[in-house]
Amino acid sequence: MTTTTRPPTPSPAPARAGAVADVARITGLVVLTGVLVVVAFASITLGTRGVGVSTIIRSFTDYDPDSTAQTVIRELRVPRTIIGILAGMALGLGGALLQGVTRNPLADPSIMGTTNGASAAIVVTIMVFGAQSLHTYVWFGFLGAAAATFLVYAVASFGREGATPVKLALAGAAVSAGLYSLITGIVMTNLDALNEMRVWQVGSLASRGWPILHQVWPFFVVGILAALVTARWLNGLALGDDIATALGQRVARTRGLVFVIVTVLAGSAVAACGPIVFVGLVVPHLARAICGPDYRWTLPYTLLLSPILLLAADIVGRLVMRPGELQVGVVLGVIGAPAFILLVRRRNLAEL
Amino acid sequence: MTDLLDRPADQPAAPEPTVRVRRGRRFRQARVVVVTTILGAVAFALFVATMMIGSFPVSAWEVIASTFRLQDDPSIDFIVRDLRLPTAVTALAVGLALGMSGLIFQKLLGNPLASPDFVGISSGASMFAAVAIITFHASGLVVSGVALLGAVLSAGAIYLFAWRDGVTGYRFVLIGIGVSEFFVAITGYVIARAQVSDARAAMSWLVGSVGQAGATELRILLVSLAVLLPLSLLMGRQLGVIELGDDAAQGLGLRVQAARLGLLTVSVLLVALATAAAGPVAFVALIAGPIAVRLLRGQGSGLLAAAFVGAIIVLLADLVAAHALPAALPTGVVTGGIGAPYLIWLLATVNREGRGG
Repeated sequence: MTTTTRPPTPSPAPARAGAVADVARITGLVVLTGVLVVVAFASITLGTRGVGVSTIIRSFTDYDPDSTAQTVIRELRVPRTIIGILAGMALGLGGALLQGVTRNPLADPSIMGTTNGASAAIVVTIMVFGAQSLHTYVWFGFLGAAAATFLVYAVASFGREGATPVKLALAGAAVSAGLYSLITGIVMTNLDALNEMRVWQVGSLASRGWPILHQVWPFFVVGILAALVTARWLNGLALGDDIATALGQRVARTRGLVFVIVTVLAGSAVAACGPIVFVGLVVPHLARAICGPDYRWTLPYTLLLSPILLLAADIVGRLVMRPGELQVGVVLGVIGAPAFILLVRRRNLAEL
Repeated sequence: MTDLLDRPADQPAAPEPTVRVRRGRRFRQARVVVVTTILGAVAFALFVATMMIGSFPVSAWEVIASTFRLQDDPSIDFIVRDLRLPTAVTALAVGLALGMSGLIFQKLLGNPLASPDFVGISSGASMFAAVAIITFHASGLVVSGVALLGAVLSAGAIYLFAWRDGVTGYRFVLIGIGVSEFFVAITGYVIARAQVSDARAAMSWLVGSVGQAGATELRILLVSLAVLLPLSLLMGRQLGVIELGDDAAQGLGLRVQAARLGLLTVSVLLVALATAAAGPVAFVALIAGPIAVRLLRGQGSGLLAAAFVGAIIVLLADLVAAHALPAALPTGVVTGGIGAPYLIWLLATVNREGRGG
């Protein structure tokens, strides 16, 4: 129960054990930061066209527009890597927050209406305005995701007890179901929409350049920073509503705030990359398996593990099918799922 | 306490506690029976209604007479038995199967989101069918068989992966997520790379439609349902015990693992057969259970009620998809649109229930 308050005078032995565990966890965070740097570097250098370090540096200090290698780095790989890092962090944290606030291991933004909200908005856009480039979808996707998530929360908050975990989960599932009907209804009658949708629904980092990054980065940054300070609230909620209230939390307000943060995180990620489900659903479980159920550790671990996983999967997707590439969503499912199953088998994962 | 003191002397005293408890219990049981009967009647009425409406309207009595072979009228028999009955029976059967199996899953795994849609069983069927349609250009009975195989294989895989000195609901759910992600990724990849026409064929199968079942699939589905539905109702008693938690159930003398395996097998078979006949009609299994439980106010096992709610959703969806929309659409397009608003309305109005099922 290392949740909200520590005992004023801890006995020496457990304190030392706790300190050792803390040191181990901090070391883990440092190692993961190193891994993230390495993976980000690999994401910039590796690909259909390999490039050296000198080219990377020169493409920023002394840019030569005629050099294809420098252009690839500057216009494709670097923005792609940055989006990968930001989206990875956002997806992972969004999943962790949602699982914490609904106390449901199956909760992730796609079940809470975010993904289907974005998809529905995009499909309606295509139906009304015709097929457009990816850049114009971003705002519609974001708005759709936000609207759907707010609807879920509003539905769940009706009634005397407010938005309880069970009602949140059911409201999310119900709103998702309604939106799914809308999406498939349009897609089945509009060939343009079907064609765009089947590509969009496999999440990908490809062809996301500076324009998209310029549109969404403030949302990513604000969302990620806000998510990191919610750890104490989530720890309180994990004890159940009654105990959380007794510990002095305003449960309803906390839930509402966390939901707003999740909307910003998941909405911007879905808008930027399309639905990438695996990260938000699985990485929080992975983080809990490493560092235990205390959200003050789970959130930082999720923050670092998610982009590592996303970028690594993206790199694998670029390398296995040269000269083409496999979307990151596909790679995550095909490689990540068996790995996750092994993990679940080996350890007793913390229940929520 | 105050109102007891304030009560005028001439009012009758409250009944004995045991009498009151017994009366309350009888009232609640009666409520379960009444609600379930009404749901069944609504499902039957919709079943008849889907066969009445069309380019050639048929009266309710003619439909019933023809369906149950009470009288012979060749032209009516052709319209009802040959043209409309297969679709209506498929919708009814698929709805019953999905509704019941969905609630069994949710209760067994202790999670309202743990319907076959999300724990990897429908996605296994979808992946197998999508690959069969796009890569091997299969159709009809072959796709159904492959989908059945996919659903059973993925359920078996989840169960085996989740086995470690027994299967717990929590581990089953987590492994189900992993397996589901695996299949969804491959399905998305196959569809994104296919020709547009193939992709459209695959996606319309993936949406699910009660009109696509052939005579053979339908016969298999009906015969299996006749066995599986009573069986799962019988096993529903064990479900109530498992819900108390593994330790309590064991203490009450239930062989938890055997009961869980039996219930899982029955409900997986129900989903697999329904999916093979009509494709993965989305969200019926997810929504029917909670709606039934809320209508019954949490009394009874709710399995039969959930089956009827499932049938109502699919039959209504079929009616809307075939007649109410400008273009004829697959049933699966409408199912979520019909069940979801009702569940939302229930969530918004049922105040008494907060934390529970």
